[in-house]
Amino acid sequence: MRYEEIVHRCFRCGYCKLAGDYSDFNCPAYRKFMFETYSPGGRMWLIRAWLNGDIKNSERFQEILYSCATCANCVEHCVFTFSEDLVNIFIATRGELVSKGIIPPPVRDYFKNISISGNPYKEPAEKRGQWSEGSLVEEYKDQEYLFYIGDVGSYDERGKKIAKAVGNLLIKAGLSIGILADKEMGDGNEVRVLGEEGLFKYLAEGNISLFKEKGIKKIITLDPHSFNAFKNDYPELGGAFEVYHYTQIMAPLMESGTVALKDLALRVTYHDPCYLGRHNGEYDAPRRILKSIPGIDFIEMEHSRDNAFCCGGGGGNFFTDILGGGEESPSRIRVKQSLQTGASIIAVACPQCAKMLDDAVKVEELEDKVEVLDIAEIVGRAMA
Amino acid sequence: MSEIFKALAEIVGENYVSYQPEELFFYSRDPGLLPANKPDFVVLPKTSVEVQEVIRLAKREKIPIVPMGAGLALTGLVIPLKGGIVVDMKRMNKIIEVNEKARYAVVEGGTSQGFLKSYLEKNYPRLRHSIPDAPPAATIASNVIIHGQGRLTQQYGFNSDMVCGLEVVLPSGEICNIGSSSISSDWFSKGAPLPDLSGLFLGWFGTTGIITKVGLKLYPKKKMRDVEIFVTDNENLVPDMVYEITHTEMIEDVLIFTQPLPMMFKDNHHVSFYLTGDTDEEIEFKRKMVWKALEGFIKSKDGGFMSIPPAMKGSLLEMPQTSASRLADVKRGGGFEYSGPIISVERYPECSRKLVEMSLKYDLAYSGMVRIIGRGHSMMFGFAFTFNRADADMMDRTKKALEEISCYVLDIGGVYWKPTVAEQKIAIEKMDSNTRHLMRMVKDILDPDGIMNPGNWEVY
Amino acid sequence: MDFDRESAKEEMLKIFRGEDSPVLHSCVTCYGCEEYCKRCNHPFYLITERRQEKGILTAPRAITRQWINIGEPLGKYRLGEVKERVLSFGFMPEFLDLVKGKLFEDVMPSYIFGQEFFCNVVYIHFASTAIIKERLPVIIDNFRKLEVKEVVCMHDECYGSFTSLAPAYGIEVPFKPIHYFEYLYNRLKELRSMIRPLNIKAAYQRPCSSRLSSDKHHFVRDIMELIGVDLVDRKYQDENALCCGDIFGMMFGYDLRNDVQKRNLDDMAENGAEYCFFNCPACQNALSEKVIKAGLKPLHIIDLCRMAIGEEPEMGV
Repeated sequence: MRYEEIVHRCFRCGYCKLAGDYSDFNCPAYRKFMFETYSPGGRMWLIRAWLNGDIKNSERFQEILYSCATCANCVEHCVFTFSEDLVNIFIATRGELVSKGIIPPPVRDYFKNISISGNPYKEPAEKRGQWSEGSLVEEYKDQEYLFYIGDVGSYDERGKKIAKAVGNLLIKAGLSIGILADKEMGDGNEVRVLGEEGLFKYLAEGNISLFKEKGIKKIITLDPHSFNAFKNDYPELGGAFEVYHYTQIMAPLMESGTVALKDLALRVTYHDPCYLGRHNGEYDAPRRILKSIPGIDFIEMEHSRDNAFCCGGGGGNFFTDILGGGEESPSRIRVKQSLQTGASIIAVACPQCAKMLDDAVKVEELEDKVEVLDIAEIVGRAMA
Repeated sequence: MSEIFKALAEIVGENYVSYQPEELFFYSRDPGLLPANKPDFVVLPKTSVEVQEVIRLAKREKIPIVPMGAGLALTGLVIPLKGGIVVDMKRMNKIIEVNEKARYAVVEGGTSQGFLKSYLEKNYPRLRHSIPDAPPAATIASNVIIHGQGRLTQQYGFNSDMVCGLEVVLPSGEICNIGSSSISSDWFSKGAPLPDLSGLFLGWFGTTGIITKVGLKLYPKKKMRDVEIFVTDNENLVPDMVYEITHTEMIEDVLIFTQPLPMMFKDNHHVSFYLTGDTDEEIEFKRKMVWKALEGFIKSKDGGFMSIPPAMKGSLLEMPQTSASRLADVKRGGGFEYSGPIISVERYPECSRKLVEMSLKYDLAYSGMVRIIGRGHSMMFGFAFTFNRADADMMDRTKKALEEISCYVLDIGGVYWKPTVAEQKIAIEKMDSNTRHLMRMVKDILDPDGIMNPGNWEVY
Repeated sequence: MDFDRESAKEEMLKIFRGEDSPVLHSCVTCYGCEEYCKRCNHPFYLITERRQEKGILTAPRAITRQWINIGEPLGKYRLGEVKERVLSFGFMPEFLDLVKGKLFEDVMPSYIFGQEFFCNVVYIHFASTAIIKERLPVIIDNFRKLEVKEVVCMHDECYGSFTSLAPAYGIEVPFKPIHYFEYLYNRLKELRSMIRPLNIKAAYQRPCSSRLSSDKHHFVRDIMELIGVDLVDRKYQDENALCCGDIFGMMFGYDLRNDVQKRNLDDMAENGAEYCFFNCPACQNALSEKVIKAGLKPLHIIDLCRMAIGEEPEMGV
């Protein structure tokens, strides 16, 4: 197995479980389950035990592996030199389980839906671009940027609203963007992190070929998960494009007043998406946008930036729900953390985070206290 | 088995009890060298009452119970030697109270060192506790129960000396308050002016009860902190240097290290000491006093202050020091273990020579890590070896080296700290027979069924 | 040391003859006399040789041993894309961060770093000429193997080693050493159109090693004039400069080090300096905190030059 030579080096010291200031446990799976086995160190020791034949593949083992949200808190806080490969190790182990065909049913179903329908929602491809009806966004025909939506933005109800808000914002800011609509294929980020390398390659190569065919050089993504795949995984498959998350394009435009805004007197906090923040080091662009809106009272959560607590949607959990719900589910914890700021809005920059936190607000019955909005939706409210 | 599972599930909730192979594997071992032994169950209680119910069940069913913090003692104290129920305390992680004026905190039995540090920094920036260099996931209760040491040990003794009260669940199932909290709502003392019952629990590794709350003394935290390192090539002079440094009463912590790598440390002994102050004047005065105290050694060329590169200084000033954990990967193998006897400071020369001897004999990478306790009343001399967990031969050599050191230190007047079961047996053998008998009496009264972390402190 | 001219002469003659002298016990190794001697008789190298011969330690044994260990080549060096002209970082890792931007873009990434290229001059502080004689020829041979023609020495100890120490010990140097001040000055002239005068007052912390390259000291003023920095006129400058004092702490304890540092920093502050810029990273490490407490901003000269052409300083202010 790839990275096999690293797994025995874990000291199970527990730095990986914690936030950088040690103020709390910051690993979503450990926080939820509280058994050491669900912490990154626990996972490492179990992977080694499994490779050595000391334990067998079981439902529990699969749950432990697939409950990892790949949020990279462990990568950030592990004190050893191999820390940068921690999430890679978990993904590689998932890959081993996939190749042996012994994986949790929700994971299996996810792959099946992607393979058959091209998306995890089992919806027809023709419906992919329908979110754009009534928006200012048109199909791609040599515009400067491809505006890439992804599965969640294309099919999920909440995601579609965000896609519309972001698309409209980009157009109003004067950007030349177009979408692939029904020709768009999934980016494969979740396929890869769930361990299906072959399917990921198929999707990636398909996308790369399509983008090149259409002469696409620059891509703006809606979803940080897509951003991550295009930026970090596509180049080695021949897909070298100029890739941005939409907040990176919008930040300088907002600061220079390209979009006319009125005062919006709101206290807002921001939840860093793991695939924009820890995985790709982008913490500032979303904040710059929020701070450029007149009237906004921006306040940080205690755990923010590289210490942000994951919503629990990453690592494929958005689709497989292996991390599960309950009082100690990461999204509910995160929403409760946001309450400490006194903010009435949790700003997000990821449709998966939006949905996870939205659902948590509802379960916690906090709809009268806090609202989850994408940054583009907040800007939309402030537009003159 | 399933009846016990159901009963435990009823106490802690189904989500917080397991007998799955994965948990049994993980909780059967610690990151040290000792052989694993599987428990039958792992439970994660949330409250003292849940702990109480678990113990009552265990007593009823005669099932062993092993309380566990983060399992970072490395000497097998959380390995369930006779199976049973491992009680992972880390869901009990609240900071219950901080009394700023009386300078104490009351925390739950699974609260981590890191939690308390962070909490104090944010809410009581003029207070600190004696944090060890164990990873921040280590718990406060575990640290005091093994008589751990920390940053304030040079000033105030073992971390267990800084306890100001306990709540314990006895093997019989009663919940007891120990110290002033047994009478008063204030946790200012673990014993005095009453008979000090804390000694029935501190140092006993959970064989006499489970600590569910700890009252911990806090101390003034100054705004500034700095470190200096005094280097000598002559280990025989180290005790004198420590004596002079501690005489000044100007310093926070004294740590001595000796190791062959990186090259800048080779063949020398490094006496590092920490200074704190609220103003430049305060810290500079303290620095001057200590420098002056060591001037004689500088004049005779027997020692001198080294220039500390900024990156190294940053690492030395961390609390806890991440470099202490990183020792585990020197051999790219995730392992280190140390024997850390408590011994007179005067024995530093012999101990450092023994360390080198063992490392050569068994071909091991080593680090000597020493912390001064009290004003030089004693020291913890850590004979630390780093090993590769994937190299069975290296692990075996490390074990042998530590066994040989175990015998040696006893001969030169040391006392084991957080001893392995084998060391406990040796210590009991060597102990004064009346003391041994007293220990037996304590265990017989408190744990007649022998269910509490059995195998540990077995006195016959 | 307080000698009148005649007594000083006498002591030097004693030292020359191999006799004992209080100088051999009291010299604090500031390297100053290497600059003061206009006849290039290398008085400080001679003092160091005599100390080595007589076993007179300057620093505590353990500190000497530490420095010898630090400089031992271990095969862990780093080579950039080495060309005929190369930047030598010695083994000061600070240069790996400092050497960036337009000032170096025509040379980088041609650089070398590691103990294998360490000039060994520091051992004259420790009277360890034996180490120098053992290691320096090997170091120079390492350069020879790289077939470099010009070595831009990023520290004046390196420059001093190849232009002063090696020749003094009869070791041939097969390349042209260039002091990085000279390099910076010439490069700044090439980038003149980018320079925006900084209009700040600064004091220069001249290191001991600069005494070995005193012919290049004028570049400090030349560079400051070019980038619009007012080099404050103060007591301890040029030939009267005070070193950072770090070595004194190792060798003599608290008082001498503190006295030298206090006088130096007070002198900077009293003469209106807003910045203190450094040549030597070791001085910068030793003094930065104290510079800040004295109300000045510490900066390496490279960072100062980068600021002048509109770049962000790497090591911060």
